[in-house]
Amino acid sequence: MVDVSSNKLKMCKITNTSLSFRLNIKSAPHPPPPPPPPPTAAASTTNIASKRHELLLFEALREGLEEEMDRDPRVCVMGEDVGHYGGSYKVTKGFATKFGDLRVLDTPIAENSFTGMAIGAAMTGLRPIVEGMNMGFLLLAFNQISNNCGMLHYTSGGQFKIPIVIRGPGGVGRQLGAEHSQRLESYFQSIPGIQMVACSTPYNAKGLMKAAIRSDNPVILFEHVLLYNLKERIPDEEYVLNLEEAEMVRPGEHVTILTYSRMRYHVMQAAKTLVNKGYDPEVIDIRSLKPFDLHTIGNSVKKTHRVVIVEECMRTGGIGASLTASINENFHDYLDAPIVCLSSQDVPTPYAGTLEEWTVVQPAQIVAAVEQLCR
Amino acid sequence: MACSATAKILQPLSIRSAEKSQSCSKMLSPSSFLGSTPLPKKLFSVNKTISPLARRSATIVAVSSDVVKEKKLKSTQNLLITKEEGLVLYEDMYLGRAFEDMCAQMYYRGKMFGFVHLYNGQEAVSTGFIKLLKKEDCVVSTYRDHVHALSKGVPARQVMSELFGKTTGCCRGQGGSMHMFSKEHNVLGGFAFIGEGIPVATGAAFTSKYKREVFKEDCDEVTLAFFGDGTCNNGQFFECLNMATLWKLPIVFVVENNLWAIGMSHLRSTSDPQIWKKGPAFGMPGVHVDGMDVLKVREVAKEAVSRARRGEGPTLVECETYRFRGHSLADPDELRDPAEKAHYATRDPITALKKYVIENKLASEAELKAIEKKIDEEVEEAVEFADKSPVPERSQLLENVFADPKGFGIGPDGKYRCEDPKFTQGTAQV
Repeated sequence: MVDVSSNKLKMCKITNTSLSFRLNIKSAPHPPPPPPPPPTAAASTTNIASKRHELLLFEALREGLEEEMDRDPRVCVMGEDVGHYGGSYKVTKGFATKFGDLRVLDTPIAENSFTGMAIGAAMTGLRPIVEGMNMGFLLLAFNQISNNCGMLHYTSGGQFKIPIVIRGPGGVGRQLGAEHSQRLESYFQSIPGIQMVACSTPYNAKGLMKAAIRSDNPVILFEHVLLYNLKERIPDEEYVLNLEEAEMVRPGEHVTILTYSRMRYHVMQAAKTLVNKGYDPEVIDIRSLKPFDLHTIGNSVKKTHRVVIVEECMRTGGIGASLTASINENFHDYLDAPIVCLSSQDVPTPYAGTLEEWTVVQPAQIVAAVEQLCR
Repeated sequence: MACSATAKILQPLSIRSAEKSQSCSKMLSPSSFLGSTPLPKKLFSVNKTISPLARRSATIVAVSSDVVKEKKLKSTQNLLITKEEGLVLYEDMYLGRAFEDMCAQMYYRGKMFGFVHLYNGQEAVSTGFIKLLKKEDCVVSTYRDHVHALSKGVPARQVMSELFGKTTGCCRGQGGSMHMFSKEHNVLGGFAFIGEGIPVATGAAFTSKYKREVFKEDCDEVTLAFFGDGTCNNGQFFECLNMATLWKLPIVFVVENNLWAIGMSHLRSTSDPQIWKKGPAFGMPGVHVDGMDVLKVREVAKEAVSRARRGEGPTLVECETYRFRGHSLADPDELRDPAEKAHYATRDPITALKKYVIENKLASEAELKAIEKKIDEEVEEAVEFADKSPVPERSQLLENVFADPKGFGIGPDGKYRCEDPKFTQGTAQV
């Protein structure tokens, strides 16, 4: 297990700009103070004057979780090592002392059963959050997530609601091996009755966590192993984001680049290169993996007429595949060229560092794809 | 052989032991479970090619049921039930039987479709347990759930409507035979995959404990999880036994061991067919009871439910029962030995209770007949109601997918999909 609890930032070798990250994409490794962003840029920087505090992404998740647990005594956490250990990624550190062993429940290693238990608790009035130590472990809970979590509200004729949040880190990490590097969003996306969101910055991590907890729908919140140590200044004031909305990261004119989670940073790195080459990419972090925010995406497509999707899922049946289909269906007339979908290779993630690097989309590939598309 | 080994499987929690016994093997919890079986019966083996090993009876001894036998022989002052209770039990079991028989008729007339699993023969378990519950207590079942819903109080007309797929069904026609839910009566389903409901029941019990310890409410709600012998080989069963004991959850795991999982005999699929023994392996009492005798089931249930209410934790109750019909209405039921079926037919729980009630002068034949007539009318009325009820409109299609329909997302026009007028018509693109 990669130790992310310490501040060993070299583990986050995504880009140099990912650390001490400001959501202004023009920042370079040791940048001069960035110019103020345009008003339509990433939501977190719109209100610079408000008081802010700096924290890491996992701390932002913790803050959101703590605020919601303080606010509503029905909110509880269940998972492996969430209690006394404080969470394997320290998202629930200190909670067991504050909230007690029942509200932060250390479960035995029985994903299917404790997810089902959370569903039963949700049906009878609680608002549980299930933590998968690694998203991949939730494959063992697929039975409960598909049959009960997603479908039970419908099969019961609307009698029981399942206000559950299922969260955990997934995605390709740093040489974690195939089984710890899975992208479950592609497997879960077909389940009717659930919502899926992916966080990518401390700001949206906290906002989405709070929104997911407050939602009466079952929500799966995808975090990424490599993003837990991202640093950002977020508002002191309480805020909740919208689960169904996408985030405009960088407005542009030439091409729409749709992405989410860790790939956002590869895209932003590629965007720097593209800007230097004279292109003007519009970058949208879709955030809501199910359902897609077709309004934000559609407006972008109508403006740029070219789409590149950059994702970490496999090419087959991934989020990108669904998004491609969705855009083709809804905005076909606005497209000047076929949609380009850059995904990971359909390969179990290898252990070797070089091989692992080649399975995921790298900034150079994104640059090449955009250049090709905009010719 | 295994006696000493098994003697070490202690049930660590102390139970009130009114019936103290001298034998070392009676240290197990069943000692205070009135009505529980003495020597586990030799399970009725159908297939004669099963090896003798499969038929070995355990050397474990539960307490004697002489208590129950004695009570039966004594005067009416020591009867297990009062007249009112007897009539309630009889009515409930008869309702279960009449309803299921009507389901079969309706199925063959083409009024309901899909997989329908009938409960004939097992009524004693449902009635014996559920009639002890309060309205706030929860019941979780499997696909064989019609009678559990009825016993818990869901009106017969709602269950029948649900089977017919009408909007007046308890789940608006969206669940069907295998998914009976009722928020009002705390029936938490109705699950198609076996074992799937057990964690949900564990969760409901967790909420009860949470209410008591976090909300500091005076909550003693209990959850009952019903499932079959086949489920007892499933991982979710064992995982939940572990968690329930770990956190002392107020739950009773009720195994309806009818010896058959479709065509798979319990003896052929289970290395140790005595399911009640699996309770003590996880630290909870394991009790075996004759599931064809509603009074014995009720006695065991009383103790198990009280244990849970007192906060002493879960119990595993294995009810040896039998289904008179096939696994489902699609099952030709050719595999089971007619002799076995005939044997259990003589132990029909309804006939047994009727005999008990009449012999002990709790009620007259005429009173029982009046109940039967009333129930027959109720079931007929349920069918009429279901027949007359409307089928779901198209507008119902997209409702209830999400508790918060914003979950369908934002459409290209910037409005939420659920705000689209076509959404309520059921024709919106989602």
